[in-house]
Amino acid sequence: RVNHECMSCTKRFAFLNWTEQHWKLTDQQKEFQQLARRFAQEEIIPVAPAYDKSGEYPFPIIKKAWELGLFNGHIPQEYGGMGLSIFDSCLITEELAYGCTGMQTAMEANSLGQMPVIIAGSDAQKKKYLGRLTEEPLMCAYCVTEPGAGSDVAGIKTRAVKMGDEYVVNGQKMWITNGGKANWYFLLARTNSDPKCPASKAFTGFIVDADTPGVQIGRKEMNMGQRCSDTRGITFEDVRIPKENVLIGEGSGFKIAMGAFDNTRPPVAAGATGLAQRALDEATSYALERKTFGKVIAEHQAVSFLLAEMVMKVELARMAYQRAAWEVDQGRRNTYYASIAKAFAGDIANQVASDAVQVFGGNGFNSEYPVEKLMRDAKIYQIYEGTAQIQRLIIAREHLGRAKK
Amino acid sequence: MSGRVLVGVKRVIDYAVKIRVKPDNTGVVTDGVKHSMNPFCEIAVEEAVKLKEKKLIKEVVAVSCGPQQSQETIRTALAMGADRGIHVDVSGKDYENLGPLQVSKILAALAKQEDAQLILLGKQAIDDDCNQTGQMTAALLDWPQGTFASEVSLEGDKINLVREIDGGLEHIKINTPAVITADLRLNTPRYATLPNIMDSLMNNETELHKPNHRTSLCVGLIPLFETVAPEDMQGGTDRSGAMLRHTVLQSGLGLHTRSLVVFSIGIGKNKTKLGTV
Repeated sequence: RVNHECMSCTKRFAFLNWTEQHWKLTDQQKEFQQLARRFAQEEIIPVAPAYDKSGEYPFPIIKKAWELGLFNGHIPQEYGGMGLSIFDSCLITEELAYGCTGMQTAMEANSLGQMPVIIAGSDAQKKKYLGRLTEEPLMCAYCVTEPGAGSDVAGIKTRAVKMGDEYVVNGQKMWITNGGKANWYFLLARTNSDPKCPASKAFTGFIVDADTPGVQIGRKEMNMGQRCSDTRGITFEDVRIPKENVLIGEGSGFKIAMGAFDNTRPPVAAGATGLAQRALDEATSYALERKTFGKVIAEHQAVSFLLAEMVMKVELARMAYQRAAWEVDQGRRNTYYASIAKAFAGDIANQVASDAVQVFGGNGFNSEYPVEKLMRDAKIYQIYEGTAQIQRLIIAREHLGRAKK
Repeated sequence: MSGRVLVGVKRVIDYAVKIRVKPDNTGVVTDGVKHSMNPFCEIAVEEAVKLKEKKLIKEVVAVSCGPQQSQETIRTALAMGADRGIHVDVSGKDYENLGPLQVSKILAALAKQEDAQLILLGKQAIDDDCNQTGQMTAALLDWPQGTFASEVSLEGDKINLVREIDGGLEHIKINTPAVITADLRLNTPRYATLPNIMDSLMNNETELHKPNHRTSLCVGLIPLFETVAPEDMQGGTDRSGAMLRHTVLQSGLGLHTRSLVVFSIGIGKNKTKLGTV
């Protein structure tokens, strides 16, 4: 057993070594997993199709999950959270995503929004903004993407100009998860107008209260999948932010925004794995029931091979996100593993969901069966939190960087 | 009044698991199978915790009889809001012979030891469906019992109970101390919250008791049941066919058919046709 201090939490953890950990969860991890699994089975799965149809924000479910402590787990204990490791959070995330990734994304967006504050916030900022989330079931959001800049974060145009003790922000953000439900946002804006200024110095991270005058919330976007999650455009028109709400200092924004991803990509990969596991389970139970040509379709090799490949992908995705989570919990830079996990899990989630629809045949295409929702929900995993292509860029860069050393 | 409630919790095979019989036909497969707290015991724990939240009782003590793994069940009860746990260690052959009579003797002894005001149990366990432990415990203690409770309210030192019985709902009033067994509609058990799960694992609130002649929990764990396979049946004429015809005609069932063909239902090759009568 190795005792160490996790970089992003101030609590000491006892960890089994990597081998022991991944083939043997601790009692506490098993119980967390059991609770999340039961919650998904009893609370999420029965209502998910209705929420998907209506697109209504699943606040009752989110409130119940909040009461049980199933999200905001990563907030340190001194601010009212549980100080869970990323690994433990991932275990819970996978189980919730098994139920419905739309609801899980709404909860995960909280983790993404609060991560910059957890890694870079001052004690006062943490107390104020993280404390709020643990006292009431409030949501937060991560506002970086714009209509004109998604992957190219350095290309964002939202401007923050210092005027006395405040910053005045103007710009437009897009595809903000929890945009319409958040109590506060993490905002990335450009503070240095010199185009030659490097990205690492030109941006600043802010915490913005959602009710600040000038914050205009757009309409709820109707998406292909994860439809109950609230995604909106947000316009900032002369929004005044006090300088106390700057994270670290002017110019540090880019590093903070990117640093958050190392902690949030493993849970996103875990979510994709949960979806894939659900697709696999649904396909398996259908394959054992449906009969054609005198036997259950699982006994036809074409179908059983399909299932075998789905199994391989799900198991490997799980190992990948667990490794990435474990690395960051050990206090090491896990960019390499996090990108591998997210890229792989996103891709296989799409493949496995599509294969599940295939196993169901005509029934799979129909909305009365659960797999078409999985296929629609899976697509976004190749896009948000870094597109599949960006992940490949990162992996190549990390890999070649190691090779050159 | 101590204000202490004993809640019995049993570790059983999870309700969602597909049960398989062991190859030697001596029981069901339990190795590696998911176990959890008996659903009716969950309802009992929930009721006890609710009473504590209403400040009608002071302490909830969860009790489980069984092997080492029963401690997981007690931890679940602690995570739901119980204050203390007592694990009565019964393992191996003793555990195979553990039935309602033995458990009720243990609970009765513990109730006296802990000066309990109330014993809350599930009405039955989903593995053996005995529906005996609550009743036997009350008899051993000579306490009143309120079984199949769907509503419980404490009124001073009396309990108002609504029982679900075959004829409908029965309202009774019993004295404390008493034994109550929980039925399905008594309440909806809460989930354990993550912080409570963490606490229940970190704090060691469970006492260990080993029943033997040295402790007060001296309980005779003598096997009461023996499982035997039925003898293989032989085919042949069954004289009871004639008796049957006689009885049927005597009863004047108004059968006007000339002959009645009666078949016996046997298993496999032991089907015996009684023939026409």
